[in-house]
Amino acid sequence: MLRLERLTTDYGAVRALNEVSLEVQPGSVTAVLGANGAGKTTLLRTVSGLVRPTAGQVSFDEVDITRTPVAEIVRRGLAHVPEGRGVIGELTVEENLRLGGLHNKSGAAKPKEIYGMFPALEERRSQPASRLSGGERQMLSIGRALIARPKALLLDEPSLGLAPRIVGPIMGFVRHAVDTLGLAVLLVEQNATSALSVADRGVVLNLGRVVADQPPKALLEDEQLRHHYLGF
Amino acid sequence: MTKFIDLTLSGVSSGAIYAAVALALVLIWRATRIVNFAQGAMLMITTYIGSELITSTGSYVIGFLAALAGGLVLGAVVERALMRPVENKPELNAVIVTLGLYTFLVALAGIIWGDTPRPFPAAFSILGYDVGGTHVLFAPNDTFIVLVVVALAIGLGALFRFTDFGLRLRAAAFNSEVAELLGVRVGRMFTAGWGLAALTGAIAGVLVAPSVFLSPNSFDPILISGFVAAVLGGLDSPPGALVGAAVLGLVLSYVGGYEGTELVPMAALVVLVIVLLIRPTGLFPVSKGRRV
Repeated sequence: MLRLERLTTDYGAVRALNEVSLEVQPGSVTAVLGANGAGKTTLLRTVSGLVRPTAGQVSFDEVDITRTPVAEIVRRGLAHVPEGRGVIGELTVEENLRLGGLHNKSGAAKPKEIYGMFPALEERRSQPASRLSGGERQMLSIGRALIARPKALLLDEPSLGLAPRIVGPIMGFVRHAVDTLGLAVLLVEQNATSALSVADRGVVLNLGRVVADQPPKALLEDEQLRHHYLGF
Repeated sequence: MTKFIDLTLSGVSSGAIYAAVALALVLIWRATRIVNFAQGAMLMITTYIGSELITSTGSYVIGFLAALAGGLVLGAVVERALMRPVENKPELNAVIVTLGLYTFLVALAGIIWGDTPRPFPAAFSILGYDVGGTHVLFAPNDTFIVLVVVALAIGLGALFRFTDFGLRLRAAAFNSEVAELLGVRVGRMFTAGWGLAALTGAIAGVLVAPSVFLSPNSFDPILISGFVAAVLGGLDSPPGALVGAAVLGLVLSYVGGYEGTELVPMAALVVLVIVLLIRPTGLFPVSKGRRV
């Protein structure tokens, strides 16, 4: 569904991604792990078109989207939930949700369905999103991406800054959405254990290069790899 | 007491015009963080367009609508042709472009229409209402001005709040990257936003022209008042701009009526300085909320 081939991205003289190749199938989660500065966020920003690669190719549904404008990529069904959760604080919770569905008006879900998944949001539907807690913002971001019924989801550090007791449910929700909706998810995380708990495949990035691409179980058993790149 | 009421009403009328100019500035500032110094020149051009059509067709309505349409097109063209290339560059670049555009448009108007001020018709009588045998300052045309600006404010408010287009416009203005990630074609929204702002400015131009006459530079003072009103309101908030304009309209009207009209420009400056000293973010700062 989503395929990256030898994707290379430079920031000036710095090579942030170095020939990264990977694939995400429908109904599966690929977790991309690695330390700060490994290139995880750059990877997602390159896939969704916010950053243009120096070389390589991104294809989605067998179509080359490497040079497609950002808004058009989204309209094809590839949603990106950015790091820092990216809710628009000046808009209300409900406006954020509506905005997410605008580009696919006929096919989009109703805000009600999203409230069904995240009841906490419904109570705050008419409040500005800036008043939400970190966990609620994450729910709103994910809900806002799902409301347009995308085929694939790019998730950037959903656990960042969240209390551990919220991380579990969020990851559980992601897995549930993948299983019920057949989504393809590319999940970028520093929190390797929680990401691998819901992933079908684990990719480890280091200095922009893929150093491992294995099933989660194999990654967790490889003590040296864990120790070197994942810090536990 | 009669004088006070008289001045209050005339302050409301000029406040309405400041409000339209302030809204034009706020719409662009909010979306692109650019203060459009060319706004005065842009609304001058559209008012000339209106004037030409009123003269040739004899219809005020046609001229009025032509000025509005001219604003919409001019704003969109300016964004596409001049502002797009300086997007995401240092802010000073955009400021210089708007100043250059101001100079260009004023010179262009001088070439086409000359420097001689020409009269511009009012929509309705500018002779004050007759109240108990005396004429007050407030005239039927002032009623028209206030109603048009109120309708404009309500229209813009409804557009932003209740329509999908308005939601996209706001999203692009508040956070263009996130908006883009949600499928909003941000470039088009900026073009539309400039068009909308210039249309708003065009309304101000047509409304104020009967009292200032029409020449390439005759709208410069209005732009300054509009700018002060926008800053009073926090520069970021359309309702703030309306309140700021009303406050400024009243203050300037009282100063002009009680102390003399020569003090009016200085009074505008004093109001600006006082507000900036006491509340540097304006009377209505837009809450940024807490960052988690």
